[in-house]
Amino acid sequence: MHNTRYTLIFTLILTIVSATILSLLFFGTKDRADLAAKIFEKRAILSSVNTLLDKDVSKMTDQEVLDVFNNQVQEEAVDTKGNQIEQSQILAAGYKGGLPEDIDMAKERKKPEDQRMYPVYVFDNKGEKVYILSIRGNGLWDEIWGNVAVKNDFNTIVGASFDHKGETPGLGAEIKDNPAFSAKFRGKELYNDQGNYISVQVVKGGVKDPPHQIDAISGATITSNGVSEMMFRGIKEYEAYFNKQKG
Amino acid sequence: MAEATVKEAVIEKEPFFGKKEKKLLTDPLNDNNPITVQVLGICSALAVTSLVYPSIVMAIAVTLVVAFSNLFTSMLRTYIPKQVRMIVQLVIIATLVTVVELILKAFNYAIWKQLSVFIGLIITNCIVMGRLEAFAMANKPWRSFLDGIGNGLGYGGILVIIAIIRELFGKGTLFAGSPAAMNIIGPSNEITKYWINTASDHGVGAWFGSWYLNNNLMVLSSASIFIIGIIIWIHRSVNKKLVDIS
Repeated sequence: MHNTRYTLIFTLILTIVSATILSLLFFGTKDRADLAAKIFEKRAILSSVNTLLDKDVSKMTDQEVLDVFNNQVQEEAVDTKGNQIEQSQILAAGYKGGLPEDIDMAKERKKPEDQRMYPVYVFDNKGEKVYILSIRGNGLWDEIWGNVAVKNDFNTIVGASFDHKGETPGLGAEIKDNPAFSAKFRGKELYNDQGNYISVQVVKGGVKDPPHQIDAISGATITSNGVSEMMFRGIKEYEAYFNKQKG
Repeated sequence: MAEATVKEAVIEKEPFFGKKEKKLLTDPLNDNNPITVQVLGICSALAVTSLVYPSIVMAIAVTLVVAFSNLFTSMLRTYIPKQVRMIVQLVIIATLVTVVELILKAFNYAIWKQLSVFIGLIITNCIVMGRLEAFAMANKPWRSFLDGIGNGLGYGGILVIIAIIRELFGKGTLFAGSPAAMNIIGPSNEITKYWINTASDHGVGAWFGSWYLNNNLMVLSSASIFIIGIIIWIHRSVNKKLVDIS
């Protein structure tokens, strides 16, 4: 039987050793992990314009993703009035790095509307600009988010990609896992013939208004409603920016 | 008599990889399987098995964690104060799990995103704690290490079997999202992200399209409890040794 003193010293040494190992490993892998996280995000952004790329995003190597992003994508940050936001303002909002891609949509959602900032990724499709917008909303269990690519008429959707934090695999998680779901958004329109903003709705039981509606995922009503809500509210926040760009 | 003494002498020498060592590896695969016989680690078998690829990653992660925590605990077993042995074991397990998580995050971010919750749960996986208490505290490091590998593989094997059944019948795919599926299958087409996809209208999927519907129950975690039950049933009717144990 060991005495108390031995027990204390033993546990102390064990704790210090394991803490040292972990902190060394953490700082050793931090750069790589951060880079991996960025590439993951960029893949998600690029997959919304997958049809315009020479190579499928899921087949690109990490380096290819970075190359496409660096060569063909211009990042901008805008506020809800459509004004450009400078790097200093992004830094002031507490995002290290100061790039539009560093903006955390989850934090922006909680701010009052006039203080929010949003990233816009302008994708250069052989001279023609495609605007990729970031949107975020709620699914059934947790947050869902996505990237929607819009043509330079600010009406036609070129493509979309979605992701989620904890939707049910096989049901709500299909928004990300099933490429057929995001493919349905291609060619849909944000404005109706009268020029009113109605975005794209995810509906159950048959599409009645093809340019503005797509079929819901069966068994995932709340996630589908979440996508509808996010598509409406999220893109509306960019409306001022659209109008400024149109001039 | 003479034979017996000879045999004992051989055992005393303790070959590096003898019969006993081999048994440590093969026992958990069949006679002493962590899931179907010891009934440990059921929670993670329910949670991660909706797809094959994450299950394989999980199996490898658990195998590494059990093997190395067995090894370290066994190395320290004479020094660990009995009063705090459980906490010491937990520190060792938690350290190793965090190491696995950090490495995964840096080298396979997509899988880390998918598994991050469950990786944390390896710490509470009963198999790890169970093997430390039952084996590593009383055996030498090398043997404990082998016992860990054996149990990890025994657990992983069942995990992969469940995952194959669930993914095939639930989603109609196999190896969805795995790099193997993405690279081997070839031409860039979103639908060929899978080896088999009964929901697609390309390739093998086209043949399924007209008459087959995926079973949504298989997607839910509750399906794996049925599958585990059936696996235990089959296991016991094949291996008669198990019938009287419980």
